[in-house]
Amino acid sequence: MKLIFEKSVPGRRLSLLPDCDVPVCKLPESLRRTTPIGLPEMSENELSRHYSALERRSFGVNNGFYPLGSCTMKYNPRINDEMSALPGFADIHPLQPVHTVQGALEALALAEQLLCEITGMDHMTFQPAAGAHGELTGILLIKRYHAERGDTERTEIIVPDSAHGTNPATVSMTGMTAVSIESGPDGRVDLDKLKAVVGPKTAGLMLTNPNTLGLFEKDILEITDIIHKAGGLVYYDGANLNAIMGIARPGDMGFDCVHLNLHKTFSTPHGGGGPGSGPVGCKDFLAPYLPRPVVEKEGEGYTLDYERPLSIGRIKTFYGNFAIVLRALTYVLTLGREGIKEASTQAVLNANYMRKKLSECYDIAYDYTCMHEFVMTLSGLKKEKGITAADIAKALIDRGIHPPTMYFPLIVPEALMIEPVETESKETMDEAIEALLDIYKVACADPESLHAAPLTTPVGRVDETAAARHPKLRYEG
Amino acid sequence: MGSYIPSTPEQRREMLNFLGLSDTDALFDEIPAAVRVNALDLPKGQSELGVRRQMEAMAAKNRVFPTIFRGAGAYRHYIPSIVKSVTSKETFITTYTPYQAEMSQGVLQSIFEYQTMICELTGMDVSNASTYDGASAAAEAVAMCRERKRRVAYISATTQPDVIDTVRTYCWAAGEELVIVPEKDGRTDTEALSTLLNDEAACVYVQQPNYYGLVEDCEAIGQMAHEAGAKFIMGINPIAAAVLKSPGECGADIAVGEGQPLGLSLSFGGPYLGFMTATKAMMRKLPGRIVGETTDKEGNRAYVLTLQAREQHIRREKASSNLCSNQALCALAAGVYMAAMGPEGMKQVATQCMSKARYLAAGLEGIGLHRAHTGEFFHEFVTLCDHPQPLLDALEQAGILGGLPVEGGILWCVTEMNTKDEMDRVIEICREAMAV
Amino acid sequence: MGKSERLYAKSHEWLLDLGDGTFAVGISDHAQSELGDLVFVNLPEVGDQAVAGEPIADVESVKAVSDIYSPATGTVVAINELLLDTPEALNENALENYLFKLSDVTERSELMDLAAYEQYVKEEA
Repeated sequence: MKLIFEKSVPGRRLSLLPDCDVPVCKLPESLRRTTPIGLPEMSENELSRHYSALERRSFGVNNGFYPLGSCTMKYNPRINDEMSALPGFADIHPLQPVHTVQGALEALALAEQLLCEITGMDHMTFQPAAGAHGELTGILLIKRYHAERGDTERTEIIVPDSAHGTNPATVSMTGMTAVSIESGPDGRVDLDKLKAVVGPKTAGLMLTNPNTLGLFEKDILEITDIIHKAGGLVYYDGANLNAIMGIARPGDMGFDCVHLNLHKTFSTPHGGGGPGSGPVGCKDFLAPYLPRPVVEKEGEGYTLDYERPLSIGRIKTFYGNFAIVLRALTYVLTLGREGIKEASTQAVLNANYMRKKLSECYDIAYDYTCMHEFVMTLSGLKKEKGITAADIAKALIDRGIHPPTMYFPLIVPEALMIEPVETESKETMDEAIEALLDIYKVACADPESLHAAPLTTPVGRVDETAAARHPKLRYEG
Repeated sequence: MGSYIPSTPEQRREMLNFLGLSDTDALFDEIPAAVRVNALDLPKGQSELGVRRQMEAMAAKNRVFPTIFRGAGAYRHYIPSIVKSVTSKETFITTYTPYQAEMSQGVLQSIFEYQTMICELTGMDVSNASTYDGASAAAEAVAMCRERKRRVAYISATTQPDVIDTVRTYCWAAGEELVIVPEKDGRTDTEALSTLLNDEAACVYVQQPNYYGLVEDCEAIGQMAHEAGAKFIMGINPIAAAVLKSPGECGADIAVGEGQPLGLSLSFGGPYLGFMTATKAMMRKLPGRIVGETTDKEGNRAYVLTLQAREQHIRREKASSNLCSNQALCALAAGVYMAAMGPEGMKQVATQCMSKARYLAAGLEGIGLHRAHTGEFFHEFVTLCDHPQPLLDALEQAGILGGLPVEGGILWCVTEMNTKDEMDRVIEICREAMAV
Repeated sequence: MGKSERLYAKSHEWLLDLGDGTFAVGISDHAQSELGDLVFVNLPEVGDQAVAGEPIADVESVKAVSDIYSPATGTVVAINELLLDTPEALNENALENYLFKLSDVTERSELMDLAAYEQYVKEEA
């Protein structure tokens, strides 16, 4: 397919603006740009067709099953988008006087109240724009907490080896040291290994619960107790909250702060990689350190409080990805008390259903009752038939299913991580199970044929090595 | 209660039977009883219409100003219809990061095209797939310049305050010193900068046009940074870039900025779009997602996420950033916006902004609201005013969001959205308010 | 001191005395084959201090990054700039394509000759 630049014809343009109704001014020549801007010149019809063609060469939740582990690809209710686009929300300037944005502040305050209840936290900031951004914010709260107490020797954050790469990367961004601990034989935190690394340098622990293997850390109360007794704080990576909403709360497990991924758990769309939203909740004692400003109740209305002397500062302009928060708020209000719990319950039921069905052929890494996701390992097939996790994934594409997450977590060789989510029907799951079992048969009988997959896509397997060796990151004409 | 679950009670029982479980509670046996909750204190779920009413009621409590003369980091521009039509396409909305290249060529190509357009606009060699917003892009840019022996960052005091605050937070986190370069007459004090720079300088960050709307002498500042062995970062307004000397022409090593003016609504501050570009020499230090061109097995042109070994999922604690997403849908909007505008349209928007800003500035000057600074500006300017509130209140009563009150005056912003009539009204209302 | 044979570290780097007071450092053929298609080589800068047994560079494949440990303590006096643009050269010939050169070498890691290294690789597998 042609690039938009290859469709450009000099002189074509849209008619978008009226003529200037005041005298036209120009900058003095010394300040003026001289390089031409190589943007495409298109008609509206061609633009529309170009992007429609690009849409057809993409795959979304609207196109089919998307069991991408760790990403919670649930249905994105359309009402959410519509509510966030109401002119009363979409057309207000972030620096309007607060008395003209009371509805926006009320929405933020309500979202804070509801999400604090779900997580067992006392306060929440919506400034972080994504999960990783939330991690940075949360770890900075912990850093500031220790710094304010003069406890400057605490420079280590413990991270299990099953964690998302963002966890250790976040720790490094905050000038602290990530201390990796090996998972135990059951795929969970090994208490002895944890005890061996805690000490006077421990600033905290980052934990995903259920963890990235889809297993609940049943020793969670001991784990948080070990960290607290050592003087550290415990951070909840909310990537997997979709398993336990309405069933258990991080705040009750001993976590001191959490981040949520509104674009996973709370049904806001992924948009091809963003915008997301990664709000951070914390217990009362960490609240003074939250990014400024914070929304405060004042009389009958709301205000923005900038006078936060202990705040870690800002991590983004304004108040975060407001329009995403509105979508999540719409979702929580829709589901309510019962619906929230039902969503998690169904997500876990679906995952266990698929796990048990697939265990007929596939090896499940740590084959226990899982939470909302589980991990298969293809190392057996690789050894016997030369079929990798990627081969299975690409074969799924030809059957109209988005592949599971591949090669994560790192502690499982040839991993495929499946998260069916609650909004998929039994029929959809049954079809996927059948497809996977069939692919397994093909892998055993005719492994060569799988290396060619996918065959039904606009392009075949792409050469990632060539892309990385000689990067071509823009159209050169 | 609203629900998006397709499973029927019968199907649920079927699945439980298959698992050999009596009820769904048994799925959660491994969660200690001590942390199980009975019922959350949440409102009851609602129908779609019920929620709609509640959300609409909140939206109605906000005041939408039909006329806006306020910018300061968020700008109201005309958004062509085609932009919203493209970003409303379901697949673009609901797809994930394009990990599976073969079934994501559309999204990948749209990002590749966005990267190219942003490079064209900035005059830089390479762009990433975007990041959260202009402020975090600035902070990530500063982090790109950090070296073992160079751990002092310099940022001009004429930068948007939110950006300075964000950069400060990231620097504090990483243990990097941040020096605020003072301003002189509304612009970066270059004399002060030359005295402040030392051999530990990692980078100098300047906003163009600056917070007060003034045009900075970026070539000179860039030269000073380079003479000190530091990198030069420009934070630019993408609309202004159509007429102002580009970062590439000014010798910038990195150019970043807030992409919101490129077709994104105000939305009370987000989501917006951080764009990040650099010279080829700094390509591998760029954080975040990057799309590259390659081929498939048959030699067909194809696109794929590339240079991944820089990133957190591979480098873990050794990664220089934890960035693992972009604002793809916002980048798509920006791409469609730039394509709809084309080179001439971009220049037209910029020229109208500039021309209209000069008209308003002259009109306000005429009623005694004098500009606080001299020299060239783009679409924002500050007028001196000891008591701005009565003026802004009067404007508000007329349905006009006036400029932002800042120290000693008002920071006005004019875009192509503002008509001559609107500006004449502003001038008239201010004149009357000042006469009281 | 004449030109000698390559000596190998357990972490799969080689060290070659060039006889002019400098030493070349590279990775073994076994290492390049294990790493797969290399897409980038992060080299140190001239003037950097290398410490025996400490990471000094890294090599990237599409989905992995591996540290290169310096087999000796010394000062980096040259880097193989060819590798910056053509990392595939390492896959094609790991022995002929050094990564960097050291001078003022004071200390070395525990190193093996080729026979001992091949034996070590065999045992490791």
